[in-house]
Amino acid sequence: MFAFIVRRLMFLPVVIFVLSVLIVALLQFLSPEQRAAAYIRSDNQARNMAAVIKQYGLDQPFYVQYWNWLKEVAHGNLGFSKSSSKPVWDTIKERFPSTLELALYSLIPLIGFGVWFGTLAGLNKNKFIDQFARIFAVVTGNIPTFVMGIILLVLFYGLLGIAPGPGQISAENQVNLIVNPVPRVTGMLSIDALLAGNWPIFWDVIRHLILPVITLTTVLNAGLIMVTRGSMIEALNQDYVRTAKAKGLSERQVNLKHARRNALLPVATIAGFQVAGLLGGAVITESIFAWPGIGSWGADAAARFDVPGILGFALLAGVVTVVMNLVVDIMYAVIDPRVRFD
Amino acid sequence: MSIAARGAKGAGEKRESFWSSRPMRRLRRNKLAWVGAVLVLAFMLVAVFAPLIAPPPKVGNNCLRDLGQSEPSAVYNPAGGAFWRMILAPPASCYQITRINFQPQPSPPLQTIQTEAGPVVPLLGTASGYDMWYGIIWGTRTAFKLAITVVFFQLLIGITLGAISGYFGGTVDNLIQRFIEIILSFPGLVLVIVITAILGPSLGNIMAAFIAVGWAGYARIVRGDVLKVRALEFVDGARALGVSDLRLIFRHIIPNALTTITAIAVLDLGALPLAAAGLSFLGIGLPVGFADWGQLVSFARAWIQGNTESRLAYWYVAFYPALTIILFGLGWNLLGSAVRDAVDPRDNG
Repeated sequence: MFAFIVRRLMFLPVVIFVLSVLIVALLQFLSPEQRAAAYIRSDNQARNMAAVIKQYGLDQPFYVQYWNWLKEVAHGNLGFSKSSSKPVWDTIKERFPSTLELALYSLIPLIGFGVWFGTLAGLNKNKFIDQFARIFAVVTGNIPTFVMGIILLVLFYGLLGIAPGPGQISAENQVNLIVNPVPRVTGMLSIDALLAGNWPIFWDVIRHLILPVITLTTVLNAGLIMVTRGSMIEALNQDYVRTAKAKGLSERQVNLKHARRNALLPVATIAGFQVAGLLGGAVITESIFAWPGIGSWGADAAARFDVPGILGFALLAGVVTVVMNLVVDIMYAVIDPRVRFD
Repeated sequence: MSIAARGAKGAGEKRESFWSSRPMRRLRRNKLAWVGAVLVLAFMLVAVFAPLIAPPPKVGNNCLRDLGQSEPSAVYNPAGGAFWRMILAPPASCYQITRINFQPQPSPPLQTIQTEAGPVVPLLGTASGYDMWYGIIWGTRTAFKLAITVVFFQLLIGITLGAISGYFGGTVDNLIQRFIEIILSFPGLVLVIVITAILGPSLGNIMAAFIAVGWAGYARIVRGDVLKVRALEFVDGARALGVSDLRLIFRHIIPNALTTITAIAVLDLGALPLAAAGLSFLGIGLPVGFADWGQLVSFARAWIQGNTESRLAYWYVAFYPALTIILFGLGWNLLGSAVRDAVDPRDNG
């Protein structure tokens, strides 16, 4: 197991290396002047474009530019992100907790609802509830995230006015936060507010989380429901389930203890990958709801040609995904003793 | 095991026709598949006949000028060159949504708007002055253009590399597989965002980004299938007859490995335009004003709360593009999952 983890972790630098080479290579499609735009922060620099190009070696061959970039990164300098008006590393430190926050709050409704509904459908194969679950999965699984987000906003914010608009907290609490800041412990505003005992802020953040969480849950649920349903049906057809029934165990005990436990193995994989995706930044959901996480920053950086921002976002998303996939694989071995690493 | 069984049978029996083959029989029996097929067909017709359904107007669009015509009616005459040119290869400017005016505020469906060239009645209203009807109809064309091009090249690269990798094995296989692993270990959407953001917004660039990221999945599946098929006896037989490697791969191995990727390709045809729309919703990928559904939905973001008179004053800005997107996704998904179930020998109910 240890060797397996080490081998997989050795994959990480390879991924980062290939990704960074790819991005620096892509930048070669642009002219040195376009590349220089990423470094320019003052009018004075803009007037002396040639000097900027020379200073950063932007007219040098590809490998020299890559080497320069690598040297900077080795010194902990990922560059300055125009779209967040902060150095890339500071932006990541500031925004990643918010992404984590959204992922954490989505986790329970997402997996809980998907597994519950999928089990129900699998137990009642071809009955009404099953048909309903399948239609539900097809319909919600087909609505793209951005459409779902807009629909929810139009209904609950625009029409009914019961949900707050995009953002992490409302405007008046934003002011309250400046006057009376919440000490930053985890970086997740709702948790920090809770720790500080600041209930109005906590409640406000929770209210703002409702629509993004519903969006993520409905959009990602379809896969979970269908996988749970399918593996539940498969498990119910197994011999050991028949044996358990023959032993005289109650229906409930057989269904939930014997069948579902085994049925959940493939579900764990899917759920793990979905959580990994959430941690890499739910780009579209975060953008629609103006959630100050990694994903909305990445989208902003991409739309505004903020090259250091794009690079930083992509590298972070890559690292998070590789690490999370590893965690999923390890967890899989923990819950299924039949899996052996070799 | 399933492929082995099918392959062995295929070697012994006479080939049955495509329409009466078992997957097609299953597909024809599936009612949802028909619903999906009808929806997809309807969208296809809209895409092909977009120039007739939403003809380029005289004002607000450079399409007619680039076509060398002065009257929109020229498009309707099948005897003239303009008709065929519009249907087969319209000028690039036709994909720009007609801009009736520069009013940021949306204008409701069927309300007359006064322009310098006379009154205009936009069928589905406008947002930021863009004609929504034109955007939705030509957006269908964009969707198909993108989906077909991207899936074609993904399949081309994926099948070629997957087949090479599976057939030759050894170092080549190792190299290709490691490369695929790196691509797949990365969130696809993020890669697409990075590539389009750096190359700049255009339909060509976003298609290139999707192709660059998406072929790996196909290559992996084809490789697995090739490994299975390669071990079958008819391949040994063909090799014994002196068939060349290339011919063996393309005539014997790939056709036998195609069933799985057909199902995935159909699902992809529906999913890709929606992914692209998601990016253009964020302002990444396609230039401003390009006929594309994502952009139309993004107009709605500024008008969610309605105005002082009615909370739903601007419902139409979000409603029509969203409905189009949902129907498109639904149609492809019903068809795609039916195809997947039809070619999949395991029956999950």
